[in-house]
Amino acid sequence: MNLTLNIWRQSDPESPGNFDVFNVSDVSPDMSFLEMLDVLNEGLIVHDEEPVAFDYDCREGICGACSLVINGSPHGPQKATTTCQLYMREFSDGEEVWIEPWRVGAFPVVRDLVVDRSAYDRILQAGGFVSVRTGAAPDGNTIPVPKDVADRAFTSATCIGCGACAAACPSASASLFVAAKISHLGLLPQGQTERNSRVRMMLAQMDKEGFGHCSNHAECQSACPKEIDIGRIARMNRDLGRSFIRRT
Amino acid sequence: MNAELVANDPTGPLENRWTKHRFDMALVNPANRKKYQVIVVGTGLAGGSAAATLGEMGYQVKSFCFQDSPRRAHSIAAQGGINAAKNYQNDGDSVWRLFYDTIKGGDFRSRESNTYRLAEISVNIIDQAVAQGVPFAREYSGLLANRSFGGAQVSRTFYARGQTGQQLLLGAYQALNRQIAAGSVTLFPRTEMLELIVIDGRARGIVTRNLVDGKIESHTADCVVLCTGGYGNAYYLSTNAKGCNTSAAWRAHRHGAYFANPCFTQIHPTCIPQSGAYQSKLTLMSESLRNDGRVWAPIASAAQADNAADISEDQRDYFLERRYPAFGNLVPRDIASRAAKEVCDENRGVGPEVNGKRLGVYLDFSEAIDRLGESAIRERYGNLFEMYERITGESPYRTPMRIYPAIHYAMGGLWVDYNLMTSIDGLFATGECNFSDHGANRLGASALMQGLADGYFIVPYSVGNFLARHQAGDIANDHAAVADAVRNVRDRIKRLLNAPDAKHPPEYFHRKVGQILWDHCSMTRDPADLRTALKQFPPLRDQFWREVKVTGSGEAFNQTLERAGRIADFLELGELMCLDALDREESCGSHARTDHVTAEGEAKRDDENYSYVAAWEFSGDCSAPILHKEQLRFEFVHPSVRSYK
Ligand SMILES: Cc1cc2nc3c(=O)[nH]c(=O)nc-3n(C[C@H](O)[C@H](O)[C@H](O)COP(=O)(O)OP(=O)(O)OC[C@H]3O[C@@H](n4cnc5c(N)ncnc54)[C@H](O)[C@@H]3O)c2cc1C
Ligand code: FES
Repeated sequence: MNLTLNIWRQSDPESPGNFDVFNVSDVSPDMSFLEMLDVLNEGLIVHDEEPVAFDYDCREGICGACSLVINGSPHGPQKATTTCQLYMREFSDGEEVWIEPWRVGAFPVVRDLVVDRSAYDRILQAGGFVSVRTGAAPDGNTIPVPKDVADRAFTSATCIGCGACAAACPSASASLFVAAKISHLGLLPQGQTERNSRVRMMLAQMDKEGFGHCSNHAECQSACPKEIDIGRIARMNRDLGRSFIRRT
Repeated sequence: MNAELVANDPTGPLENRWTKHRFDMALVNPANRKKYQVIVVGTGLAGGSAAATLGEMGYQVKSFCFQDSPRRAHSIAAQGGINAAKNYQNDGDSVWRLFYDTIKGGDFRSRESNTYRLAEISVNIIDQAVAQGVPFAREYSGLLANRSFGGAQVSRTFYARGQTGQQLLLGAYQALNRQIAAGSVTLFPRTEMLELIVIDGRARGIVTRNLVDGKIESHTADCVVLCTGGYGNAYYLSTNAKGCNTSAAWRAHRHGAYFANPCFTQIHPTCIPQSGAYQSKLTLMSESLRNDGRVWAPIASAAQADNAADISEDQRDYFLERRYPAFGNLVPRDIASRAAKEVCDENRGVGPEVNGKRLGVYLDFSEAIDRLGESAIRERYGNLFEMYERITGESPYRTPMRIYPAIHYAMGGLWVDYNLMTSIDGLFATGECNFSDHGANRLGASALMQGLADGYFIVPYSVGNFLARHQAGDIANDHAAVADAVRNVRDRIKRLLNAPDAKHPPEYFHRKVGQILWDHCSMTRDPADLRTALKQFPPLRDQFWREVKVTGSGEAFNQTLERAGRIADFLELGELMCLDALDREESCGSHARTDHVTAEGEAKRDDENYSYVAAWEFSGDCSAPILHKEQLRFEFVHPSVRSYK
């Protein structure tokens, strides 16, 4: 099939940026979206042009590197699917496709479609962990965790830190990302000691990074490739309230 | 013949060696630790755990990765699980059994002392991960669940659904974050190591490129730990993440670090086949599928058809069941892979033609669906079937899955002694980038175990032991060795950007080297083929440096430049892999030599002549490296012969 691609080009964080138009032909429906861009890029190099920059690594939907807004949706049209797991059979011949980077103030553009998501790392550095020294752990089975609790903690822990939630949110909030970690650790017995300070410190860091506040649009949940549900945010808010009553 | 390599492992009863060795190691006084600087390159399971632990001990740690966040290291993609000799299932497991299974699985090509230590430490890893909040699968009792993995007789694999690597890596990443917040670890993401700094024979730092703005910088330290993962991407198509590379290890090799057993790579039989020439990577499907799926191909090339349904039952060859009646579809990875490749080489493959060949065999669930019902199969493999359908557009409930082997793991890597130190003083290597514990073949669920054993529990001690014998000291930034290393990096980048007859994107060369390796140096190796392959490397490298085309500048974000540098190193490593494969005149572990098979066509090992680790030294000429042998001695286990007939 043949497609017209409108791709955001921006040479560095300070430049204004604009859409460039590319026509690609002979796209196979069995190609992944990123393979389609690979082919485009190899052609650009041959023609002495600079290829389009975009982030990727695992191409299996787990590392969280890939991050394209496709036709207005973070990670494109398919539900529960990262950009790298999107295949061209989702598109049709002659279609016009718009490709942009995450548009979030706290994720400045590095180049073209690549953004700087280190704000997410800093939020986790603010308290997204259990303080346990290497070698100081008791036998694993001395901390039993009911299966349903472990399963819920696991579901929250499947967040890949891609940033689609903030990219989808009209207020550019990182609430779903933060709430996923708060729930993962807050549900488990291991995470209780630091539960109150964790939620306060991570949310303070989220504000500091310039993310907005959740206003219940639930766009994050539909964009999340791991389908983490928005109920986690309510839980986080309860934890925050609780933390002011029981300060630790 | 060169002087024999010594592993510096302790002697005496196997079960006391690590304890005794730890006692014999020198310690750095806690108050002095902050005077020492340690560079840790890599933030996967091996590097993340090492940097976090060293930081927590009080050293000043600098941690590097090429991705935008440490959490994206390739370890994140591991699916199946992690082994530990906990014997929680009371099914007769023990440290000895895990040790024995690992050394046997590696076809008796690893060190007894190291492998035993790995099994011993495995139990601590689980405890550590649980305490960090890693949400392992649980039984209804609330206790940790286990499963049997990769044909093990006991259930010793801990897992977190199909995302064990992700959860373990997030545990290590959280520990790392805690140290970053505490100020003991400084993180350098999107920063690639391009050179090692060696002063007076000792590793004293690295030269890096900031991948955002292209700045070249030197970082000096009291020692350097490489945790930079495996080199499976030398084959171009593999199950590894796109960024996996050998550059850090290869730079070290060029400075004198021996590269051990480079030809030992592992092939995984159940990957989704290539669909076209544009294919950028291959996706692994869990091995568990072979529990219920039957592997087959048309009996003759004449019976090939576009649809499996058009091939009648009597035209189908269930080749694993036919050749290995006892194990059938559950034969080990290498045997299943080799058999599938042989079938395709006989023009009996299925699926779309790529470059004139059909590369795939069927994995058919129709009988299991008839027997157990679709819902039972959905229960077992629903998410895998969905993943398969997403990628191929075909439903395995309706039409047989297509699978083909792919490169999955590198057992070879930098040679290290018992302290995980390379042959360069002060340079350590951990995780997949070293060669250590898996011999000629790795058991499922053992790489995660090794990465974390190295990072949390071994290298922090051996780094201390090393530093205790050396004064902490700064290296001036204008030291001649530092300036030289920086100049080398700049010169190389300049060459990559200004090839005289630039015309091909770097991937052109990557596909070429990948094809050579896949054809001649994968699961079946033929000496004449290897010799042909060896002739292709020097001209291919010449062509690369003449014709590689990298657009854009070195002083900006430039992914083409990053890839070109990594491919240049694969072009050198590839030749060493073939040389090593040619030297090893035996069939062993995951590979078979055509000239060393039994009358029935099965792999034949040669313990008398090849019970050694081949550690290659760089001589200045990629085509003429120097072989050093570390003789393996088995005091506690007796090398036996595998049979799956
Ligand atoms: C699809 C798949 C599934 C797997 N499943 C399992 C499983 O179920 N069980 C199991 O035990 N094993 C499994 N493995 C193997 C296992 O995942 C890996 O062997 C292991 O995770 C490697 O960890 P590592 O820390 O050594 O390296 P990696 O996780 O690859 O980390 C390498 C790090 O080094 C950095 N790096 C590399 N080069 C440079 C450079 N030049 N400069 C700066 N930084 C650099 C990277 O940024 C990264 O942080 C699987 C592998 C694959 C491919
Ligand atoms: S590239 Fe890793 S999730 Fe898409």
